[in-house]
Amino acid sequence: MIGMLFTVVLVLAGLLMPKWLTFLVTMAAAQGLVSLGILLLMRGGVVSFGQGMVFALGGYAAALGYSRLGLTDALGLTLLGGVTAMLVAAPFAPMLARYRGIFFAMLTLALSMVIYGLLMKIELMGGSDGFNIGRPTLLGQTLSDARVGYVMYSLTIVTAGVMALLSRVYFDSTRGLLTVAVRDNELRVEYLGGSVRQAMMINFILAAFAGGMGGALVVMSLGHIDPNFSYWTTSGEFVFVAILAGWQSVLAVFLASTVLEVVRSFSSSYFPNTWQLALGLFLLFVIRFLTRGIGSLWIKENRR
Amino acid sequence: MQTLFTILIDGLSYAAWLFIVALGLTLVFGVLKILNMAHGSFYALGAYAAASFVSWGASMKMAPAFSIVAMLLAAVAVAAILAPLTERGLMRFFYGRDEVLLVLVTYALFLILEDVTKLIWGANPYYVSEPYSLFGNIDIGSQTYVGYDFALVALAVIVGLAVWWGLNRTRHGKIVLAVIHSAEVAASMGINVSRVYMLAFTVGIFLAGIGGAFTAPMISVQPGVSVGVIIISFAVVIIGGLGSIEGAAIGALIVGLARSLAVHMAPVAELFSIYIVMALVLMFRPEGLFQRIQARKI
Repeated sequence: MIGMLFTVVLVLAGLLMPKWLTFLVTMAAAQGLVSLGILLLMRGGVVSFGQGMVFALGGYAAALGYSRLGLTDALGLTLLGGVTAMLVAAPFAPMLARYRGIFFAMLTLALSMVIYGLLMKIELMGGSDGFNIGRPTLLGQTLSDARVGYVMYSLTIVTAGVMALLSRVYFDSTRGLLTVAVRDNELRVEYLGGSVRQAMMINFILAAFAGGMGGALVVMSLGHIDPNFSYWTTSGEFVFVAILAGWQSVLAVFLASTVLEVVRSFSSSYFPNTWQLALGLFLLFVIRFLTRGIGSLWIKENRR
Repeated sequence: MQTLFTILIDGLSYAAWLFIVALGLTLVFGVLKILNMAHGSFYALGAYAAASFVSWGASMKMAPAFSIVAMLLAAVAVAAILAPLTERGLMRFFYGRDEVLLVLVTYALFLILEDVTKLIWGANPYYVSEPYSLFGNIDIGSQTYVGYDFALVALAVIVGLAVWWGLNRTRHGKIVLAVIHSAEVAASMGINVSRVYMLAFTVGIFLAGIGGAFTAPMISVQPGVSVGVIIISFAVVIIGGLGSIEGAAIGALIVGLARSLAVHMAPVAELFSIYIVMALVLMFRPEGLFQRIQARKI
């Protein structure tokens, strides 16, 4: 409820925001979707260091859908991105579901780097330079220069809001709670008749869907895509946002994503040569002093 | 046949420095249980320091052979200055936390070191060409090979044996092994665990530094070298099994050969041949080739 209200308020507030701020929030919300996927996995006790893969898949699917298939509807492209990422990720899910901890992280990282390598080499998709895409339409309407920023902003916010709501529902469903149980004790889940493997697989596929939508939204706002979407440092940032958010709250993910965007854009304009340094210090600070993430600021740990 | 031999030599020299770097990574993981993402940054620092030291040596009109000493000194300097600083000043605050969280800590360290390197050495590439010609050329058949490549392989063998000997045949090594086995029990036996941590971390960084220093003549030292190295050495230790010396050696050989095979036969596949090998190994041996299966804890 609060989330929906928040979404509506944000959409309205977008009318008053200066352009750079709407763009910043758009990016934050879209990338927050990818981190939402990581959060989903984190609830099961695994962290993917290769979520850049689904981000890139979604982005490329939307970009290619626009330039090759002539599909220009922003909503359609967003869904296309999500579904494509999901379909490509699905075959890997059974394999990945067997791994935990560092091995899961490294395998997903390897996968994303394979995709990165592929994207670098395929000339059809612009190789290492990537390519640009034009302006999308929404529900049959063409968007003018002045409005496109705001419309993409609203679309992203609404998509993020809907996804946040859906994930809340999912988190509180039987399977969602089972995922948390997997994190606590896998063996116990198996004894109780739950399938750990299945839970992990479904989480991975859902995470891919969210990530793919995020990728598609970013591409449409940015108007450009290149293989760096799948690079491991991109994935690292998504993990960072998920860690910063903590695994308890959905809203915290988008907040954390916004914080990262703000820190990034401010430090890159104020200390252009040392913004990575600032980001690293910030990251260390968070891990040291805000162990359970931003979410823990308003959600109390259940003592059991 | 000729190409096959070339592939072999290329693969071996690539595997050689990769082994040295990965050995450091696997050692740090074995002892401190940290998968160090900043390992590549220490490699890069080693390379930069070597570039500075060698050119300083050249400007002092030292004999060309001095460049070898200079590269060694560079690695020592990186390890002696930075390892205790990061271990005592940073890492120790995070011991005992979740493995993946520790990866993120080192990721932050990587980001920081990346900029620090740029601040010190700037963004322009450095070239260290003197040592590369030091060992002359070797003719085998109709092909000419650079002697330095063979020297690198020899260095890798020496380093590998030294680490193995140090771990298994010396008192300090046995203490380290005890800590690897169980830090708690070791501490209760009166071993100063935090000193062992620092020692292992320093040796690990030293190995990364050596790897960087001795590959500096073969590459252009510029921002971004750290990134490539860290991912590849991850692949190596994951293939070989985390925390295993033999694993690092075999992993480096597999990756080195796979890469040079890809470079010569199918250049398109160079970038991801390594990951495909890694994914294949992990599919059949989830814990890597040399990892002992651990009992599952309830």
